[in-house]
Amino acid sequence: MRGIDRSDRIYRRVLTFFALALPALILVMLGVLLVDALPALRRFGPSFLWTSTWDPVAEVYGAAPMIFGTLASSLLALLLAVPLALSVAIFLTEFSPRWLRQPVAFLVELLAAIPSVVYGTWGIFVLIPFLRSYVVPPLKALLGWTPFLQGVFYGNSLLAGGIILAIMIVPYIAAVSREVLLAVPTSQREAALAMGATRWEAVRTAVLPYGRAGLIGAVILGLGRALGETMAVTMVIGNRHDIGVSVLQPAYTMAAAIANEFSEATTGMYQSALVEVGLILFVLTVVVNAIARILIWRVARGAAVGSKAL
Amino acid sequence: MKPTRFLALAALLGAAVPAAAQVQLNGAGATFPNIIYSDWMLTYNQAHSDVKLNYQSIGSGGGIRQFSDGTVDFGASDVPMTDSAIAAIKGDVLHIPTVLGAVVAAYTLPEVSQALRFTPDVLADIFLGKITNWSDARLASINPGVKLPTQDIIVVHRSDGSGTTFVWTDYLSKVSPEWLQKVGRGTSVNWPVGLGGRGNEGVASTVRQTPGAIGYVELGYALINKMPFGTVRNSSGNWITPSLESVTAAAAGAMKDMGPNTDFRVSITNSAGPRAYPAASFTWLLVHKTYADSAKARALVQFIWWAETAGQAKAPQLGYAPLPQELRPWIQARLKTVAAGGRAVWKAE
Amino acid sequence: MSGASLRRHLTSRVMTVLIVVLSFTAVLALVLILGNLLVKGASSLDWAFFTKSPVPAGQSGGGVANAIAGTILIVGLAGLIGVPVGVGAGMYLAEYGGGRLGFVVRFVADVLNGTPSIVIGIVGWTFIVKPSGGFSALAGSIALAILMIPMLARTTEEMVRLVPHSLREAALALGYPRWRTSLKVVARTALGGIVTGCLVGIARVAGETAPLLFTALGNLNFTTSVTQPMQTLSLQIYVYATGPFDEWHRLAWASALVLMGLVLVISLTARWVTRARYGRIR
Repeated sequence: MRGIDRSDRIYRRVLTFFALALPALILVMLGVLLVDALPALRRFGPSFLWTSTWDPVAEVYGAAPMIFGTLASSLLALLLAVPLALSVAIFLTEFSPRWLRQPVAFLVELLAAIPSVVYGTWGIFVLIPFLRSYVVPPLKALLGWTPFLQGVFYGNSLLAGGIILAIMIVPYIAAVSREVLLAVPTSQREAALAMGATRWEAVRTAVLPYGRAGLIGAVILGLGRALGETMAVTMVIGNRHDIGVSVLQPAYTMAAAIANEFSEATTGMYQSALVEVGLILFVLTVVVNAIARILIWRVARGAAVGSKAL
Repeated sequence: MKPTRFLALAALLGAAVPAAAQVQLNGAGATFPNIIYSDWMLTYNQAHSDVKLNYQSIGSGGGIRQFSDGTVDFGASDVPMTDSAIAAIKGDVLHIPTVLGAVVAAYTLPEVSQALRFTPDVLADIFLGKITNWSDARLASINPGVKLPTQDIIVVHRSDGSGTTFVWTDYLSKVSPEWLQKVGRGTSVNWPVGLGGRGNEGVASTVRQTPGAIGYVELGYALINKMPFGTVRNSSGNWITPSLESVTAAAAGAMKDMGPNTDFRVSITNSAGPRAYPAASFTWLLVHKTYADSAKARALVQFIWWAETAGQAKAPQLGYAPLPQELRPWIQARLKTVAAGGRAVWKAE
Repeated sequence: MSGASLRRHLTSRVMTVLIVVLSFTAVLALVLILGNLLVKGASSLDWAFFTKSPVPAGQSGGGVANAIAGTILIVGLAGLIGVPVGVGAGMYLAEYGGGRLGFVVRFVADVLNGTPSIVIGIVGWTFIVKPSGGFSALAGSIALAILMIPMLARTTEEMVRLVPHSLREAALALGYPRWRTSLKVVARTALGGIVTGCLVGIARVAGETAPLLFTALGNLNFTTSVTQPMQTLSLQIYVYATGPFDEWHRLAWASALVLMGLVLVISLTARWVTRARYGRIR
């Protein structure tokens, strides 16, 4: 008996040791970020968030253009991705014939397996020339009077960044939305159909509202992923510290700026400013992901949590 | 199952331990000389299989930073370290010049077959965003007889900390008071307009793929990629096409500022001299004065000396100018001071 | 049919078609990207590509042997570090994770899962590269392991929780000690799912670039030393795709194809493992 108790205790200790690695990791991470960002935090204070100058010569740093670019590219990505992803989810749960379900689901999930740098390569050599030749001219002809399509198309632009991000987050939103819709009891759908609703009406009035919180959670999860994307974005977005409403102009995101400038920040304050950007990015993604998780968990409980999307 | 797992682990670790006699040197920095550095290093390794040189072109800013932080064995930069940066590492740095290069204004205008001319003020105004179209009257007046298209000018600059940027902005600061006041000189500046590309490589790449783009790159990049680049009017009023001769002429002017005790931190932008190209520069390797590992230090010093002698012959074909011969004995004297464990590591090959 | 009824049915038809079209647009994007990869990359896959190391910048020829070896080494080492810790943490959460520590560990894992990988790169440089005086493959592996551990912890916990309680109780009733039940009965039953989770984690980090930028840095040469900087396919693609030389672009596409192929093989293996054990998946 004693030997078994000891074995049990050793086993538990070993597992606990491994488990403690996680809190240890996050403490190290937060420690590094806070300590290195402190000089910049002290020098610039909250004005760091709305200063739009990023001038390493004068040592004036403001993250506003990066924060703007991060939010703008992610929002643009959501605008494009949500209709696609929700359609995939609804298609797979409501309209798809059984034999088509696996292949389509697999293909959409495969989008999540493509490495970011491969997306970036495709963006540089295929997407941007395509946009320049076939998409931007008609867009400008049609909507060039709006502030969103002003100016010359730079190629590397907010538009290119948004489109690439959209393709990248579709599989995540789709996978979680599908879980959410699967968690809706069939009785809801059947009740609507029994009352004479068309197929679409059944979806619109019975299924979607039931899973609304979870679907919003899925979208916010997609947002969380878009916020942190680095490689594909830095390869196509133009890397310019500027705030502009036109999607044809180059922009910058927090992650892309860190990737480009971190290993070469020559002064202590420059590096500290970049680490502060990293800290802001970290906090932002944590908050957004937390909101997403709460919303999804409410509807789909255990099922969605284990999906590959998360 | 357990014994096999241990064996696999041991095998992996065994593969991970480096062979005893081999020296691996890691350097990082300027993208400006990457074309010739990568050629030198891979060529040197073919003749000296026990020395592996790894160079990562991350920009001069990165070179200075990583060299100062001790994460690489040597750095590379087209902008010398500032006095305060040197003081921060207690003076433990030698600037060893390797080649000369030119920063050229490369552009993409398929409809224009002749080489375009730029005056300093026009260049400054393009990069300031004041001249926004290729058909602008000022461009037309200095390029008579050339049919300039009505196309937006898309400026491309560096997004990383760059010595090439320093050379370019240093030149623009010297020729345009407005540039000096609005932007200034530095490895990373607050650009009024334009796209950011990573490294000379990224700028060249973006310019090539964007019709109407103009960017500043080292001559070698423009030559290899067959990009047209501008002829610039220098301080003597002559139209100079970037070339070996014009770069060498720019350096000749600076020679009188250097003596046997020079630390080589000399700028040659906008130098006097009738045939001098105004945006030329030395590029330097950053080497510590003392190293902990004498085998590494010796291998590094021997490689650098090879580059300063046999390697110079490669420069012209790759788009760089060899160093003036007068510098060679001074460079050798400096290399001989590199020490490890209290003793100089220099050994004649 | 009345007018209103006709309108409703028409709307339903239109919406169905719209949904189908949008769904297939998503699939089309995938087909386009993979198709481009194949078309632009396949022609460069020759013997030299796989066996030679890079040539100087701007020259032609050369291959990515150093990057392929580097990817295998760095990802393999990351797995060696990340799998035991991640799976161990996951087992803890499943077996003993009901209390306060379990709650904290679970919460931390979720937070780390959403962390942008570039932030991990910052931490890797500050905490490993700078103090150790050099970029290294080991630093890169540790950074990738940090990405893997929270992922594996959650999927392992998830998979182990799926094992029916009756199995656990039967083993305990037969006199198996707790640790033996956990290892030999529960974990063994969930093994397929755990392995799948590990493979998915490995496939994901194999494609990562951002955390390696400041840790493994990259290497022109072929090397197997983990204390030296090392090249990976992802780093190679990044450098070559953003460079100006046509030769580099050609190699970038081919490397992207190889990397995608690697990721695909690992992902498909993961699915195959689960299929063999559980039959129909979700």
